[in-house]
This record gives sequence, C-alpha cells and structure tokens, in this order.
Amino acid sequence: MSQSKNTPPRTTPRFSATFDQFTISEIQRAAATGIYDIRGAGTKRKLPHFDDLLFLGASISRYPLEGYRERCDTDVVLGTRFAKKPIRLKTPVTVAGMSFGALSAQAKEALGRGASAVGTSTTTGDGGMTPEERGHSSILVYQYLPSRYGMNPDDLRRADAIEVVVGQGAKPGGGGMLLGQKISPRVAKMRNLPEGIDQRSACRHPDWTGPDDLEIKIEELREITGWEKPIYVKVGASRPYYDVSLAVKAGADVIVLDGMQGGTAATQEVFIEHVGLPILSAIRSAVQALQDLGMHRKVQLIVSGGIRSGADMAKALALGADAVAIGTAALIALGDQSPDLAEEYAKLGTVPGAYDDWQEGRDPAGITTQDPELASRLDPILGGRRIANYLSVMTMEAQAIARACGKSHLHNLEPEDLVSLTMEAAAMTKIPLAGTDWYPGKNGF
Amino acid sequence: MSATLSNHQAIDLRESTIRELNAVLQSEDVTGSWLVSHPEGRHSIAVGLTAPIDIIIDGQAGYYAGGMNQHANLVIKGNAGPGVAENMMSGSVRIEGNASMAAGATAHGGLLVIEGDAGARCGISMKGVNIVVRGSVGHMSAFMAQSGNLVVCGDAGDALGDSLYEARIFVRGTVKSLGADCEEKDMSAEDLQILRGLLEEAGITEYSAEHFRCYGSARRLYNFHVDNAAAY
Repeated sequence: MSQSKNTPPRTTPRFSATFDQFTISEIQRAAATGIYDIRGAGTKRKLPHFDDLLFLGASISRYPLEGYRERCDTDVVLGTRFAKKPIRLKTPVTVAGMSFGALSAQAKEALGRGASAVGTSTTTGDGGMTPEERGHSSILVYQYLPSRYGMNPDDLRRADAIEVVVGQGAKPGGGGMLLGQKISPRVAKMRNLPEGIDQRSACRHPDWTGPDDLEIKIEELREITGWEKPIYVKVGASRPYYDVSLAVKAGADVIVLDGMQGGTAATQEVFIEHVGLPILSAIRSAVQALQDLGMHRKVQLIVSGGIRSGADMAKALALGADAVAIGTAALIALGDQSPDLAEEYAKLGTVPGAYDDWQEGRDPAGITTQDPELASRLDPILGGRRIANYLSVMTMEAQAIARACGKSHLHNLEPEDLVSLTMEAAAMTKIPLAGTDWYPGKNGF
Repeated sequence: MSATLSNHQAIDLRESTIRELNAVLQSEDVTGSWLVSHPEGRHSIAVGLTAPIDIIIDGQAGYYAGGMNQHANLVIKGNAGPGVAENMMSGSVRIEGNASMAAGATAHGGLLVIEGDAGARCGISMKGVNIVVRGSVGHMSAFMAQSGNLVVCGDAGDALGDSLYEARIFVRGTVKSLGADCEEKDMSAEDLQILRGLLEEAGITEYSAEHFRCYGSARRLYNFHVDNAAAY
C-alpha cells in the first residue's frame, strides 16, 4: 500500500486499431525485405457478402415443393448465343480457372475427376492445357490469357469452351505472377520460360486493346474453331455494368464476373486487399446491364469470388446469375487448410485456416506445389471423390432452398425470394432490408 | 502475274464470306495453291489453318491475318493489320507491304517476313517464331519476347526488347532506346550463322549479316531484387 503511493497507476497496454498487430508486422516485414508481400488466396477482410441476404421461404401466399419427391432441376446451358455446341452442365457450379503450375498435376486431375463425376466443367489457367486435365475433364474450358503461355490452336480445338480472360477478382488490372520456386522443368517447358525464374506476365493482351478490338479477337477465335465453341469473357469485378455491356457488345456468349474474394496463386497483398469489388456488390449491376440490353439469360452470367455453399449459389442465382464458379472452396475440399497438417503448417509459420503462401510451392497438402514429393501426397482419385461430394452437397443445399421457395428449377429463384440483413447489402443488391419494403436509394435519397 | 495466278484455286471475298473462306482453307482435304482476291482489309483472313497449302492474299488484310497458322504459307500482297500471324505455330507469312502493331505476337514457330515496316510491339511475347523485317520496327518491339529471333534490317524504336527473356534481336540500323533488361551482346559465331540463315530464308540479299548488332536479355530481372525495383 505504501508503495502505491509512490508509483502512479499505469494503464493497461492498449493496441492501436489503426496500427494493429498485422499492420505492424507488415511494416516490419517491408522494412526488412524491401519487397511487397506476395501471397495466394483472396481478400481476407470482412466484406458485405451473401451472408447478408436471407431467403424468405414459402408461407401462406407461396407454397413449397416437397423435398426429394417434387423435382427441382439444376441443369444449365451455357453458350446459346452464337456457339454451335453450347455446354450443358448438370449443376450450375463450375470449377474456376487455376493453372497447372499454380496447382500440382495431381490437384488438376482431382478437380477434373470431381467435376466430371457430377457433370460440370473445369477450367485451365495461365500456362496452357495439360493432357492429364483434358483427359480427366469431360467438359474443359480453355483460358485465353494475356501471357498466352502454352497457347496453341490444337488445344483450342480440343477445348469445349474458350474463356478470354480480361481480369480476375483478386487483381483487376493485374498480370500473372508465378515465382521461381514453382517454375519446375515441366512448367518452364510448357510456358517457354527459363527454369526457376520469377515469371512476370503481362496484364494486357498483346494483340488487342479495348472493346472494339475484343470483338475482332472473339471473331478470330470463332473462325479458328469453326464457330463451335462458347466464348466466355472473364472480368474482375470493378465496373460491372460497363464491362458486362461491352463484353456483350464484343460478342461474348458467356460472361464470368469474379469478385475480390476470388483467389489467386500469387499476387501482392496490397492488390488483393485494395483493388476490386466484393462480388455481392457487382451482381446486380451486371444483371442490370444484361437486362437493359435484352440479353439476360441469352448471354449467361457466371459469378465467382467467395462462393462456399449451396446457399451462396442459390443467392447468386436468385440475384440473376446463371451459374457460379468455385476456386478456393474447391482447394479446401481437396485438403487445403486441413487440421491434420497443423504440425507442417507450424513449420511454415502458420496455422490451418490461415495458410496463404501458395506462391512458395511448399504446400503440405500437395495442392499449390510443383514439388514431386509434396504433390504425390494428393491422391487424385480420392481428391476427385471429395470434389464430387462437395459439389453434390452444394447442389443439394441449393435445391433444398429452392424447393422451400417453391421453385421447380434453381433458375426460378428470383430477387423477390430474398431479403437483406444489412443496409449495405440492401444498397448493393436493391433487395429490401428485412422487415421493410425499402432499400437505400428507393424513391430517391 | 495473272498467268501464275490462273493456276490457283480462287476465292473472291466480294462474293464469299470470311466464314466460307476459312471453312474451305481449314478443311481436312485442302491442298494446292489458293488466291484470295478483294480482301479489302477484312479481319481474320486465313486463320487457324493446318494444311501445308500456299495462299496469296491479293491486297490489304485487316486484323489477325494468318492467326495461329500451322504449316500453311501465306503471302499478303498489300499491308497487314494488327496481330498478323499472331500465335503462329509453323509455316510462313510474308507481307509485301507494311504490318501494323503486334505483328507475330506470341508466335511459337514458323517464319514471318515483313517487306516493309512493322508498327509497335512487333514480336511481342514471341515464343519461338523467327521474324525478319526488311524495314524498321516501332516502339516496344520484342516486349517480353521469350524465344526465337527478331531481325530488323532498318531501325528500331524506343524500348526495344523490354523485359526480354531468351529471344535474340538483330538490328542493322539504329536503336532509339533499349528497354528494361535488354542489352547489346557480342555477336557469336552461332548468332551470325542464325542471322545469315534467316536473311537467306527471307530472301534478303542486299544486307550482310556482319552489319547487324545483336541484343539479348541481361537477365537481371529474372529473380526479383529490391535494388532493381526501378527497372520494373
């Protein structure tokens, strides 16, 4: 007691909200290394998302369909606008573009096996098509990227659809990146690069700029492939109303809209966290653009970026999308972030659930690596089964919701089935705030 | 000329569509020599070909003429628009006039000969093609070129070979400026032999290989280092 008279009381140590622990560690890291932080996966900040919407379900004014006994169809046809051979998916969830290089050959094979088992498609990535992924994917979308690594007309003709990649949600306006650790001899050969270098790839296509050129480019791709294949245009969510309008004008059959939650193999942290839109905020204006042009459901819309469940899928479809795509969720289904790997994650300075150094190629799950020993840990047959299970669960979840809303097809879900839980979600989607018939901006501000 | 041309199978683009033209030229049993008349700047002429046929395009071509060519040999008797012979895999494309931007972009193989000048970004991201330009090339030519050879008998514009990988560039005239990580190299005996072969293959006899300079990658940007950050 006598001491306390002489020592003034001290306040509890207080951390800054602005200079939080992550921010401090990032400043320290930057000062020590002189290079920006590069990592995989998508944005980690909290954003308005599908969780901010709810379905109303049936009531006296709407009647539901019986689970299991009354049909709720899930099929979707993509590419009906110009392609002679549109793609038919049994379920409106596809596997997004991820390259061999970013992922191991085993992971690509597993994705192909899983998607094929449930009747949906997978997508190549920056680096070309491997015979394995063509062999194991009954429906394969071939990405046409600025780098054109591994791009050749034989693979173009072998593909079931072509996706012209303008951008991706994790980095709208950014080019590809693959660090030297992952440029293995096979990856280097496919990309025509020296082994072990840090690959810098372009952010703009080399032979076209702007929507008028894109129209000519799409026509060339159609001419090369006999107007058979659906042509997708993929954009990162940034100005969705204009991007969708221009893609339609340029002749796209299908538009892929990827929000900032969408993953990446390797991108600057600052880019992942600070550029682009959350997918929830982008869907309405994309759908509006299609409706204004009279092209909704004629040019199909695939949305991606943080899709995790049948609920997310059902909400995206109710907002007007034709299908969704998953990337990060598929990797988790394969075994990424598994608690079984806690010890190995600890060696990499991380914990299950937070592992994002996909660019390093040291993935203990054998997914985001080119190391033969690590990659061999992933059994592509078992992995394929896990992907198929997960895709089936997503589909059944979406059907459960759709039946509860009285819909005999997932595509009959509509905005009227939804309410918003937050003002932000209501403003972004024009779905009324729960308990009201109002959203911000309705009848003017 | 009409005597030689009369031996060709003819397609008149005033009467046929681009789709009809390409469908014929892409068909599995196509053979021989073809004359495409009245191209009038149309886009995507003779793209996606796979057969070793000879094609003369009797005039100006628009975007992407000869795109993704495999095995066919094209001669364009006028100028060519952007992206001529883009992503060519094999065969040859010869342009008697000038070529617009991005000639030979991302091409993996074959020979592209431009008798006149080429615009900006000639040989951008080239992946193994050989390009011979009798005239000059515009800025950012051979940007991010990965492999293959670009031969320029005239001058090169700004930022030649920016962010170059393993392609070789030969220039006879002046280079306005070199791009990041591109440097002049000593011409080796192997370089000289490659250059002589390409000049000969392109039918260029008036210039001697000894009068060219050779440029390649300094390889300083292959692995990121903070001290080189200003070069990116």
